[in-house]
Amino acid sequence: MQRVLLSAASGGLFGAGLLVSGMTDTTKVQGWLDVFGAWDPTLAFVLGGAILPMLVAWQIANRRAAPALGGTFPSRPDPRLGHNLVLGSVLFGAGWGLVGLCPGPAIASISWGGTGGIVFLIAMVAGMVAAPPIRARVDRLAAA
Amino acid sequence: MSFIQPDWIWGLVGGLMIGSAAALFLLFNGRIMGASGIIGGLVDRSGLHDWAERGAFLAGLVVVPALMLPLYSVEVSTNITSNLAVVIAGGLLVGIGTRLANGCTSGHGVCGISRFSLRGIVATVFYLLAGGLSVVLFRHLLGVI
Repeated sequence: MQRVLLSAASGGLFGAGLLVSGMTDTTKVQGWLDVFGAWDPTLAFVLGGAILPMLVAWQIANRRAAPALGGTFPSRPDPRLGHNLVLGSVLFGAGWGLVGLCPGPAIASISWGGTGGIVFLIAMVAGMVAAPPIRARVDRLAAA
Repeated sequence: MSFIQPDWIWGLVGGLMIGSAAALFLLFNGRIMGASGIIGGLVDRSGLHDWAERGAFLAGLVVVPALMLPLYSVEVSTNITSNLAVVIAGGLLVGIGTRLANGCTSGHGVCGISRFSLRGIVATVFYLLAGGLSVVLFRHLLGVI
């Protein structure tokens, strides 16, 4: 039960941070990606500000045997990069630039995004449903 | 709220809140706070064993901003394009891409870079480059957005 409550608190703080940072506005995201247009630096401060507490958190995690509410800390990620990491990130970036929403703000936008946000979220979930067969096909192509 | 302070200060404050949320999730639950992975594990059923934690996280992500909205004197403007074909194409690309790459801005960007993970850094470089190219192509060359 504690883990569930902590999850809700973490999600809530994430959502509050998205609202406060102005990541509700898709033109801010596109403005940051638009280095040839009217460049908007806000997102760099959001990303930089978010990395700071996590730099500390990883240092604490490295010195602890286990998380406070049980379980284990995530193992070191697989150092191999792989074609799926690159291809997936390129596809994600293309969609992110196109609309200005990434998954966190897309979910949170249920509370502020109107119809556009909901349509985006439904399409995103549909893409997630379609992803495993696409991954299998990409893997076959890569192995061939 | 941007009429009091410039946008970047609110960006920094909001960013610190997002990073603190990820730090709580890591230090208490031992989990990476990646939005695409949390919802994606429910969609493809790979994360059903801890569905309650995932569901609670997603509920908090939606409910807390909704409760905060009345504090804002002006309506939050999303400026999402009214072109539904663009919205749907973008959503599909984000859904497929984040599942292939196993992460998005929060997982690879916030949690990966802070751990000096090569995968997180490489993913972030590629989605930023693709995002920049996407805006150049669809805004400046094609004029769709």
